[in-house]
Formats: sequence, C-alpha cells, structure tokens
Amino acid sequence: MTERKSAPPDPSRRRLIRGALALGGAAAIPATARAAGDPAITELQPWMQYLGDGVDARPYGMPSEHEVDVVRRDVPWLTADPVSSVNFTPLHKLDGIITPNGLCFERHHGGVAEVDPAVHRLMINGLVDKPLVFTMEDIKRFPRVNRLYFLECAANSGMEWRGAQLNGCQFTHGMVHCVMYTGVPLRFLLEEAGLKPGAAWIMPEGADASAMTRSIPMEKALDDCLVAFAMNGEALRPEQGYPLRVVVPGWEGNMWVKWLRRIEVGDQPWHHREETSKYTDLMASGKARRFTWEMDIKSVITNPSPQAPITHGKGHTVLTGLAWSGRGTVDRVDVSLDGGRNWQSARIDGPSLPMALHRFYYEFDWDGAPLLLQSRAIDSAGHVQPTKKALRTARGENSIYHNNGIQTWHVLKTGEVENVEVS
Amino acid sequence: MSRCLKLAAALAALAALVVTPVMAGGLGLGREATPDEIAAWDIDVRPDGAGLPEGSGNAYDGEEIYAEKCAVCHGDFGEGAGRWPVLAGGQGTLTSDRPVKTIGSYWPYLSTVWDYVHRAMPFGEAQSLDNDEVYAITAYLLYMNDVIDDDEFELSRDSFAEVEMPNAGGFFDDMRPDTPTLAQAEPCMRDCKPGPVTILMTAKALDVTPETDEGDEPEAAPSLDPALVEAGAKVFRKCKACHQVGENAQNKTGPSLNGIVGHAAGAVAGFTYSKALAAAGQDGLVWSAAELEAFLAKPKTYLKGTKMSFAGIRKEEERAAVIEYLRSFE
Ligand code: HEC
Ligand code: HEC
Repeated sequence: MTERKSAPPDPSRRRLIRGALALGGAAAIPATARAAGDPAITELQPWMQYLGDGVDARPYGMPSEHEVDVVRRDVPWLTADPVSSVNFTPLHKLDGIITPNGLCFERHHGGVAEVDPAVHRLMINGLVDKPLVFTMEDIKRFPRVNRLYFLECAANSGMEWRGAQLNGCQFTHGMVHCVMYTGVPLRFLLEEAGLKPGAAWIMPEGADASAMTRSIPMEKALDDCLVAFAMNGEALRPEQGYPLRVVVPGWEGNMWVKWLRRIEVGDQPWHHREETSKYTDLMASGKARRFTWEMDIKSVITNPSPQAPITHGKGHTVLTGLAWSGRGTVDRVDVSLDGGRNWQSARIDGPSLPMALHRFYYEFDWDGAPLLLQSRAIDSAGHVQPTKKALRTARGENSIYHNNGIQTWHVLKTGEVENVEVS
Repeated sequence: MSRCLKLAAALAALAALVVTPVMAGGLGLGREATPDEIAAWDIDVRPDGAGLPEGSGNAYDGEEIYAEKCAVCHGDFGEGAGRWPVLAGGQGTLTSDRPVKTIGSYWPYLSTVWDYVHRAMPFGEAQSLDNDEVYAITAYLLYMNDVIDDDEFELSRDSFAEVEMPNAGGFFDDMRPDTPTLAQAEPCMRDCKPGPVTILMTAKALDVTPETDEGDEPEAAPSLDPALVEAGAKVFRKCKACHQVGENAQNKTGPSLNGIVGHAAGAVAGFTYSKALAAAGQDGLVWSAAELEAFLAKPKTYLKGTKMSFAGIRKEEERAAVIEYLRSFE
C-alpha cells in the first residue's frame, strides 16, 4: 500500500489566525444566538445523547481528535533527508513540566532503529576487570531509580544565532523535552564490570545505522548518569532509543546515546565525529570550543507566541513559559513586556527539580497595545540568561550550538505574535 | 516568587533528593563477553591510532570506490549534491560569515575520518565497507582536501601518524561562563535600556517557517507564462543532478520529465520506480499541477517510500515556477 499524507494543519497559519482573531473576545457566538443563549448550552450535544466508545475501543488511548494539531513538526529545508534530521516539540501546546512521550522532539542520524529487545545486548568493555554482556532482563535486575530531567539538543535555537528566523517557539526552542526516566545508575553497571586504574572516560555507542558515539568523562558517568529503559512510566519510545538509552543529566542531548548497545571504558576521549565535526562551537576567532557539555540557563515564553496568538482581545491575560538549566534548578524567571526595559518576576509553579523543566506564569491585564515579550531566567549556580547581543559579543555568530539567549516575541494589536530581535 | 511558593519549591527539591540505592560489590549480573564478541563490536578508533585494524589503501584506489559509493550524495569532488554534506574545501573560511567545515578545513583528527566512514557510511548501508576500502576512501578524502598530494601514499596503521590535519590546533576546551553571572552583577529590573526599544529584525521578513497549512495551492495558469518558465529553468538546476528534460532527455537517477505535468505517475518507460511511486501510479495518481506542488514541497512526506532523495522546494514561488517550466516540455 502507498501512503500519501498531507502535513497536519497548524493553527498558527494565517487563515486560521485571522478567523480566530475576527471573533475577538466575545467567543464564537453569533449575535442572534446570543440573545437566545449560547447554543453550546441551549442545544443538546450529540455526546450527551448517544453512547460513546466502549472500553475495548482504545487499548492504547490517543488524544482527542480536536488536538490533531498538537504534533511534532520539522523544517524540511534543514537537511537533505528526514532520516538524518530533527523535529520539534510543540511547546506552545503543552503545559506543566512533563512532555508526553509521543511529543518529545526527535533527532536521529540514521533514522529510528527498530530494535528487538529480545536480541538487544549491552556490552561493557575496555579498561574493566571483566568485560560483560547484559540482556535487557539482566539490566532490569539492578536497583532502579526514577528521575525527572530535561533533554535539550545543543543545537536548540541554533538557527537563531544570526537573527530571528523562525516564527514559532516550536521551531526556535522545540528541541527540548522533559520526562521521568526509570533506569539503573550507570555507576552500578560500571562497578559490576570493575574499573581498572586509569579508567577516565566512557564511550556509549548506539545500535542504530549511525552507530552513534560520544565520549563522557568518568566523573560524570559515576555521578548521575543513568541507563534508562522507561520514560513517563512506559518503555522508551523507539524514537527515544527503545529499549535502552543513556541519560546524562543537564548535558547536551547528543550525549544521551539511544539504542545503547555498548559502553567502552578508556583512559582518553575518542574525539569522534559528533565531538569534532559537530557539537563543537566555532568562535569568531576561527577556533572552536570543544567538550561544551552543560546546557546553560535558558527560558522561553510559550504562550503567547507566534503559533499561539492572543485570541481573546484585551483584558486578563495568562503568559506562561518554560525555563531550565543544566547546572541545577531555576531560581527565578523575570518577564518583560517592553523588550527588556523593565522586568517583573514571574511565578514558578510545579516541582522545581535540578536539571528539569520549570513552568512559569505571569498574569497581566493587556491593554491591547503592542508588546515586546521577553523572559530571563537565573539558575541556582548564579548564571543569568544572557541577551543575544551578549552571546554574539562573546562568541560571534558561527557557534550554532548553545544559544541560550533571551527570546523576544512581538505581540501586535491584533494579538498576532512574531519572532523579532530588538535593540 | 512569594515566600510560600519558595518554600513549596524548596520542599519539592528536597523530596527529589531521594537516596540513591547503594550497591555493595557486584550483583553477579550479566556474563563475561567473549573475545569474538568484543572483536565484533569494538570498532572504535582513537586519535592515537588505537583501534585501527590491519589493512591499507591509497587515494588512487579510493577515488573509484568513492565515485561508486559516495559521490551520489557528497558530489564528485566532495562538494555535496543538493543539501547532502560537503566533504571537501572550506580552507580559510572559519572566520568568514559562512564557514565551511570539512575534513580539510575543520576536522582535528584523522582517526575520526576512518572511524566515522567505517561505522556510519555509506549512509543507509553502514559497516558494509571492508578495512582496505575504508583506508582507501580515507586516503582519497585527504587527497580531495589537499591534505596529502600523493595519490599513491599507502594509508595504514603504520603510516597513519605521518598525516597532519590542517586544523589540528583549532580547538580549545570549554571556558564558560563567558556571559554575566550573579557573582558579577544583579540583573537590572528598571529602566534597563535608555529609551523605548526598537525592532531590528523580524523572522517574517525571512519567511522560512515551514508552511503547515494546506489549501492555498496555486491554480495552474491556463497558458504558459514566459517569465515564470524562465524562473523555473533556474529552479530546475536543483533537479538536474537526477532529471533531464528536453530533446534527447534520458532517464538518469530520476526519470526523464518530458510531459510529466498531467501525465500518470510512475509511468516513464524504462525507469525503475520505488514500490511506493509505482503503486501510486497504479492507484491512478496523475501529476496535476496541484499534486506536483504538494510532492515537490516535501517529497518524502507526500509519498512515503519514494526513492527521490530530495528535501523539497520550500518556496511556493519556486515550486510554481518549476512546474511551469516542466509544462513547457509537453
Ligand atoms: C545516501 C547519501 C549518502 C551516501 C551515499 C554517503 N553519505 Fe556520507 N553522509 C550522508 C549524510 C546524510 C551525512 C550526515 C549524517 C548525519 O546527519 O549524522 C553524511 C556524513 C558524512 C561524513 C561526515 C561529514 C561531516 O562534515 O561531519 C563523511 C566524512 C561522509 N559522510 C563520508 C561518506 C563516504 C566516504 C561515503 C561513501 C563510502 C558516503 N559518505 C556515502 C549521506 C551520504
Ligand atoms: C537526488 C536525485 C533527485 C533530485 C535532485 C530530484 N529528483 Fe525527482 N525523482 C528522483 C527519483 C529517483 C525519482 C523516482 C522516485 C520513485 O520512484 O519513487 C523521481 C521522481 C520524480 C517525479 C515523478 C516522476 C514520475 O514519472 O512519476 C517528478 C515529477 C520529479 N521527480 C520531479 C523533480 C523535480 C521537479 C526536481 C527538482 C526540483 C526533482 N525531481 C529533483 C530523483 C531526484
């Protein structure tokens, strides 16, 4: 069978926005109907009259059909082939701090490996007393832990280094997600094999068609890295490394090797392609930083944003967004409505966990005048989210990776929102 | 944050610091890996040459293998076909507006080339090259990048250290923070900028955000628009690597496209289509302007399983132009 599908609709696009905005704050009730009352109330809805699906209809539940536009999206012109590319989490459609499994952004270098867990093995070799092989069953016999962490691609916002490019926080900031991992501390596996003197680095390797590898210093490996098999309570999704991936809290996403099949222990780093050709940050001087592992303090306003305009007109408005830091918790988020001239502290709500997403809210009375929205986060290590200008001054415009600059959204009188850069 | 919220946050943070279980000694889980198993999987190579296997190859032999197995995507001279990665050139561009990072201009270690080609290339047929082939291709990549100038230089475990990578000294370790921290200054809260803030740049002006709504497809013009045909001829350069049109057009990587607009899909004689396109044609797909418009925007999304390795044309005007151009070859 052939499958020809069209891209899912995105309400951010003009036609729909215009429709929604035309209705203004009064909700979708025609004037004539308003006198008689809201038909949503006065008329009997089919779902109140007729029976719905039985319990056998949806063995694995899916979101309401009204949520079809809550999907990952990609930018086709980015790469030659979707098999080595990236798609983005629809941050503007989510709330709280947990990303649903099916919406976690994807980045693969050789497509999604469809691994059969029955024949999946994890090997530990190199500078160890005894090289070991584990089955998935073996791994699940180690003591487990549950940890909530964000995972951000080092190239998140990378397309914005040279200036405002993409209209939507999904595209500018959507290479981040946050889930609860269940897994085994990597330390247990390494100790099971026994580290030899001189063991200073590990190299996880994936079982996909790119055989992904990265070098991780032993200190980090023994500190808080996990080998995870579950996310948000269920098995990892194939696109997130089923059946096994490395969790490297707070560090760039590429290091969280998926479809983990092997860990080599060594006395020096491997300097493989993803830590030389890629994931090194080229400075204006022409020299490049390497081993830039930590993800810096960062935040973004998810609503309002280009894909999530204000549709209710002036009046009480809820602004919300996400903040995170690879160096600890987020202690504070400030919000500006005037492009960074004046700031007010936002309210962080929900758990504040190290190296996890934080949700912030700022409620205000919108007078209908244009706004320049910004958010600025500060982490427990004392790092302050920088302006894009500060970043460019320090690093030039060719870095690609580690863009944690302050994002500006321009809210127009109509409630539409655009990605802009300001003075 | 209010005091009460701060407290709640602190409590939540405390709750998260649950004790990690301690494991005294091993649990006796897993089994010892056999030497053959380790040999099968332990394929990595390090800058000091550790991990390099027996074997050898030179650029002269490498060129042939490259032409056969790599050039479709990376181009005959490593220039990269379409959006596929560029593998050669770029020397002297690292401080420019558009740095080109290649093996010759950027990669600090030769071992990385060997390791990566061996583990991941050719794309979609990883680990199919034997060790001699990898040595030969690696030598050719060096030759292509002017890192070596002797195409008979025999690259092997022994001669490996003789090669010097031009950008070996181009890297230094992380030195963040390089932007202000609280230790330096409390961030400004009031009147932080001298006057009202002005907009310097908008994403809209660039117009590169993917169009994800359907329904605005342009109708095909009834008669040819010469200006559009001319514009389309330029756009068609993107297709030329694989398609031909006009007199004597042949099937190449892709089928000849004479008369394709309005023609049944998957029906050019003598061309071997993917199962997906062949089936779509049998199901009655006709290349109307509207179908072509959708296909060319995002070939792989439109037709899952197509073997047209082309990312798509993102600009609507360019799609319209190339379709008009194709219409001129009826
Ligand atoms: C079907 C297209 C295709 C073919 C054929 C192919 N490659 Fe690649 N190559 C790619 C893609 C795609 C990437 C980037 C993969 C990623 O995103 O991780 C790549 C990356 C590379 C890189 C790293 C580039 C960089 O700057 O980091 C090298 C080196 C390379 N290929 C060499 C080869 C060699 C040698 C061959 C032939 C043996 C080959 N490729 C065949 C598509 C191809
Ligand atoms: C990298 C090679 C490549 C490039 C570049 C490429 N194509 Fe294709 N094209 C193919 C292949 C291969 C097929 C056959 C696809 C299949 O069988 O699934 C194809 C099929 C087609 C078809 C369908 C033909 C039929 O008989 O049904 C059209 C139309 C087409 N291409 C147009 C274009 C246009 C226009 C461009 C440039 C904008 C382009 N292609 C760029 C390789 C390419």
